[in-house]
Amino acid sequence: MINVVPPALIFIIGAFLIPLLKGRLKSLYMLLLPVLALIDLLYMPKGKYWIIKFLDYNLIFGRVDALSMVFAYIFVLITFIAVLYALHVKDDLQHVAAFCYAGGALGVTFVGDLFSLYVFWEILAIASLLLILARRTDRARKAGFRYFLWHFFGGLCLLAGIILYVHNRGTPEFGYIGLSDLSTYLMLIGFCLNAVVFPLHPWLPDAYPEATVTGAVFMSALTTKSAVYILARTFPGTAILIWAGAFMTCFPIFYAVIVNDMRRVLGYSLINQVGFMVCGIGIGTQLSINGTVSHAFCHIIYKALLFMSTGAVLHMTGKIRGTDLGGLYKTMPFTAICCIIGAASISGFPLTSGFVSKAMVLTAAAKGHLYLVWFMLYFASAGVFHHAGIKVPYFTFFGEDSGIRAKEPPINMRLAMGIAAFLCIFLGVYPYPLYKILPYPVDFVPYTAFHVLGMLQLLMFGALAFTLLILSGYYPAEMRAANLDTDWFLRMPGRGFVWLCQKPVVAFGNLIERISLRMAGGSSKSLPGGAVVCEDGVDKFYHVGLTSTPTIIYNWVKHLRTEVGYLPWNLAYVFICFIGFLFIMLLLGVIK
Amino acid sequence: MKKRRELTFLDPPENRAKFRMYFYIALLILLILDFFVHKHGHFSWELAPEFFAVYGFIACTTLIFIAKALRFFVGRKEDYYEKKRGLL
Repeated sequence: MINVVPPALIFIIGAFLIPLLKGRLKSLYMLLLPVLALIDLLYMPKGKYWIIKFLDYNLIFGRVDALSMVFAYIFVLITFIAVLYALHVKDDLQHVAAFCYAGGALGVTFVGDLFSLYVFWEILAIASLLLILARRTDRARKAGFRYFLWHFFGGLCLLAGIILYVHNRGTPEFGYIGLSDLSTYLMLIGFCLNAVVFPLHPWLPDAYPEATVTGAVFMSALTTKSAVYILARTFPGTAILIWAGAFMTCFPIFYAVIVNDMRRVLGYSLINQVGFMVCGIGIGTQLSINGTVSHAFCHIIYKALLFMSTGAVLHMTGKIRGTDLGGLYKTMPFTAICCIIGAASISGFPLTSGFVSKAMVLTAAAKGHLYLVWFMLYFASAGVFHHAGIKVPYFTFFGEDSGIRAKEPPINMRLAMGIAAFLCIFLGVYPYPLYKILPYPVDFVPYTAFHVLGMLQLLMFGALAFTLLILSGYYPAEMRAANLDTDWFLRMPGRGFVWLCQKPVVAFGNLIERISLRMAGGSSKSLPGGAVVCEDGVDKFYHVGLTSTPTIIYNWVKHLRTEVGYLPWNLAYVFICFIGFLFIMLLLGVIK
Repeated sequence: MKKRRELTFLDPPENRAKFRMYFYIALLILLILDFFVHKHGHFSWELAPEFFAVYGFIACTTLIFIAKALRFFVGRKEDYYEKKRGLL
């Protein structure tokens, strides 16, 4: 019966063969991997299989039902498109990381136990980190470091939650979890961090604009949506998610209006779109879960399209700030059209994919009589058109002519954008293939005259506001600026901590060292007799002729000094070891 | 030297004005259509005439003015975080 392999394995093992191949064969191989995975998906029966016994627990790598299948299809589809988009990249690291990343997302989609979930969750974080670092700029390195810290925190919360959960229930298998005890709260925090729920969101607009052109396409699709999948699986109908989601749809649009980097604008609008999904999960009816899933499906395609078209601009011009761009439609009409199609889809224009999926969430909110949420979601719908729908294409391709005359991007990029743009329109005109694979039966008709007219009025009069404000000069001009977000509350104390380690602690260390040096018979110019400095590797080792008590003290102090220099790292290390220790204890059954 | 093909149809101001005119006409049609459509909303206000047009316009105007105010509170110089060295 089960003669197929886990699709995650195809990607992760397949990824490591990429560096061995060259030229056309490599391109062919990379395009073949998603196709193989898709065929694999088509042959996967529903049910639970690929169960591996590990100590006392069952690890389940194949929990296949309608919900996981939708997400698997879209992850494989978007991997194909994004790989096509990235074919020209010569850097093997990026290709390997991207496939591991997609493999991690597929793994998360199919796992049925919390331990393997955690492993795939961390694969997601690390592989995506590589896609940021592969940009190889100083800004990317720093943003990657912060990205890592955020996901590290989220991962640890999740792990702590998992350990408590397994300890309480005795099994790592999971289905619906729901909020009850501490463990579920911890897991919810871990999931919400990846689903960019306020206030755990700043990693996204911070890191995505610093990722590589092609890496950002993968990132826009995989991390947040696998978190949405897990939330839909474990926390449907959790009331707090309704409000969290509604708030997430609203606050990023204000930022998106004032942010300058176009990919950062898209980052904020990504939060806004995921807000619709989180809200749908919170409502938790069949209609709203269907809405969430179909919105995730469509969103992945049009958001990738937007990241691809702005990425193409960055690739061809080297510029991405609104202040540097403008008038590019003259020489990049194809990219401009793709960007406009993506923009129309994200805004939910009729006949595009955003319309047929977002309408479900909106209707679900109305059917639940959540009038305040309904107002917020419609406000966000008008707002998203305003920043992602108008601002991105307008300031990039139209607006004031920047004088840049860039060519169209390479053929593989154009093909990838073309496919994504086609899918956006296709799903908008004929959504039934999508409706057919949704987890619950669909009896929803998106195209009623009233829905279409309402949405058109909402969007077009939003556009009127934009036009009038631009003409009158009230519209906030594009400005180079850094905009503070909730991460300020972590970055400033973080700096304080680093300062504390670098300044007062080091000064104190210097003082102690000087005193002990004096006592051991040395001076500030010369080391005590018999001291040997060994600069092998990272650490400096000092060996002093250990003949008297003062020299022994000096030797200790020197060793300690080297350690103090790594204080933040050491603390993190101790923390990881502690969690790892708990984990091992749990596996061995000691804490039971 | 062969000159590269460029699209310039948005450069002349009269073309821009023409596009705006089409846009305003489209808006007018949307407003008129509102009276001929069967309405089936879940809330009473959805049935009010031109509700979505008014809400869309107000929403976007508010959005811009709040965003302008927000810039005053959260906007900093571009090198705000880079002034001092360090990873955070």
